[in-house]
Amino acid sequence: MTYDERFPRGVPEVDGEDEPGAVRSEIVVGPVSDWATDFSHLEPEWAADPYPIQDDLRQRCPIAHTDRFGGGWLPLRYSDVAAIAYDTDRFSSRAIIMGNVRPPLDLAPVGGSPPISSDPPFHHDARKLLLPAFTKTAISRQEPSTRAFCHSLIDAFEARAGQTGQGSQGGQDGYIADAAAEYAQHIPMRVIADMLGFPPEDGPQFAEFVASVLEGVNLPPDERISRVNALFDYLMTQVHDHLDHPRDDLTTYLINAELYGRKLEASHVVGTMALLLIAGIDTTWSAIGASLWHLAKTPADRQRLVANPELLPTAMEEFLRAFAPVTMARLVKDDMEWNGVDMKAEDWILLSFPAANRDPAHFDRADQVVIDREINRHAAFGLGIHRCVGSHLARMELRVALEVWLERIPEFRLADPDHEAESVVWSTGQIRGPRSLPLFIGDLKVANS
Amino acid sequence: MRLQIDPERCQGHGRCYDLVPALFGDDDEGFGKVLGDGTVSADNERDARLAVANCPERAIDLLQES
Repeated sequence: MTYDERFPRGVPEVDGEDEPGAVRSEIVVGPVSDWATDFSHLEPEWAADPYPIQDDLRQRCPIAHTDRFGGGWLPLRYSDVAAIAYDTDRFSSRAIIMGNVRPPLDLAPVGGSPPISSDPPFHHDARKLLLPAFTKTAISRQEPSTRAFCHSLIDAFEARAGQTGQGSQGGQDGYIADAAAEYAQHIPMRVIADMLGFPPEDGPQFAEFVASVLEGVNLPPDERISRVNALFDYLMTQVHDHLDHPRDDLTTYLINAELYGRKLEASHVVGTMALLLIAGIDTTWSAIGASLWHLAKTPADRQRLVANPELLPTAMEEFLRAFAPVTMARLVKDDMEWNGVDMKAEDWILLSFPAANRDPAHFDRADQVVIDREINRHAAFGLGIHRCVGSHLARMELRVALEVWLERIPEFRLADPDHEAESVVWSTGQIRGPRSLPLFIGDLKVANS
Repeated sequence: MRLQIDPERCQGHGRCYDLVPALFGDDDEGFGKVLGDGTVSADNERDARLAVANCPERAIDLLQES
């Protein structure tokens, strides 16, 4: 056993305690009265379809407010979202999940999960540690195994359909598979587990961690803390395993990494591992699922991509624009008037890259999915110093997942298009994508003829 | 014409080297770099403009040589 005093063994996190200096606000749930003055990204209406709400607010606000979560703002215009993303002097990343607890002020500039939670100047140095592992070239080494894994997922549900016999729907022969739960979800889980050096069979636990951190925002605080502690206990177990058995992966790299001439603090190592695990899974899972959802509903786009696979890289950027999965948050540093609104210190900003990506002042035909859009300066991976460090990984996974799917399954549609609201389930919170996406896979031409 | 990337603005999105690998590459941290001396021939002008128009950070300039 290799002892590292930064990572003591057998000391579980204490449940039910906030960090000293954290500030809780009252949990307010229930229907929104007016989206301009009472918005909540955690209500079912927003999860089901946020775009009409955002389009309406962009025209009449364009910066919405809420008293929920202890107070926060939602800018809808691309220009405002960009200005805030670039203004790290007045907007802090100390917390990036808008919820009912504000972490202690002295957590800045490091934050709980560096570098996403870090402010300058620390941010630059923490980010620099990660960049070489996430370049396009470094990520390309994961492509063959990712492709093989995508095939194996399709093999599995094809085999299941073969065993249970093909069904028939409306005169069409085929079977039903859940593209979110049986396909999209598993791809980023497997890839990031490989990169971090975690056991691939732990995937189901990762899904729970993701739900706890990103969707558990309005849970009672004690329950939320205990769920987040389960994640950190798991990560500490992985750190100990890597201390005993060092290997060529990101966990061993972080344990040994140095900043300012010394090894990283334990909280930095484990916080970054949490970031890579959580941010690496939910986001890409959502992007793959939303793209397949669009293609299931839009036969013309599906047929065009099957016939012209070379269009996929362009189409993929359009899916990222139109269905950008990730919304970030910031905290206002000091009281100020900002673009016509009175912001108070510690107000949240819900930094909606999806809303920015549908601003008609920035994009032609902003509300339409145009799969051959040539000029696409979207903000799906953020803008400024916090550009998603995993964007090259996400793009590789999304491209390979869609390539393999369209090659193997050229014909598919929603399994229950007449009851989409019940059958297709979208996540709530800051990462949006389908969590259940039952598709009918089969020969669609039969019924058309 | 000549291409130039503003290192203060580039954040390593990689749209330039994704779209036009003949004119752009990346460094060992994923930031974009202009290949060669950045000179753009008439044949490459359309590709150069495509990269400029797709940079989310507006970090690429296509300069008219006098």
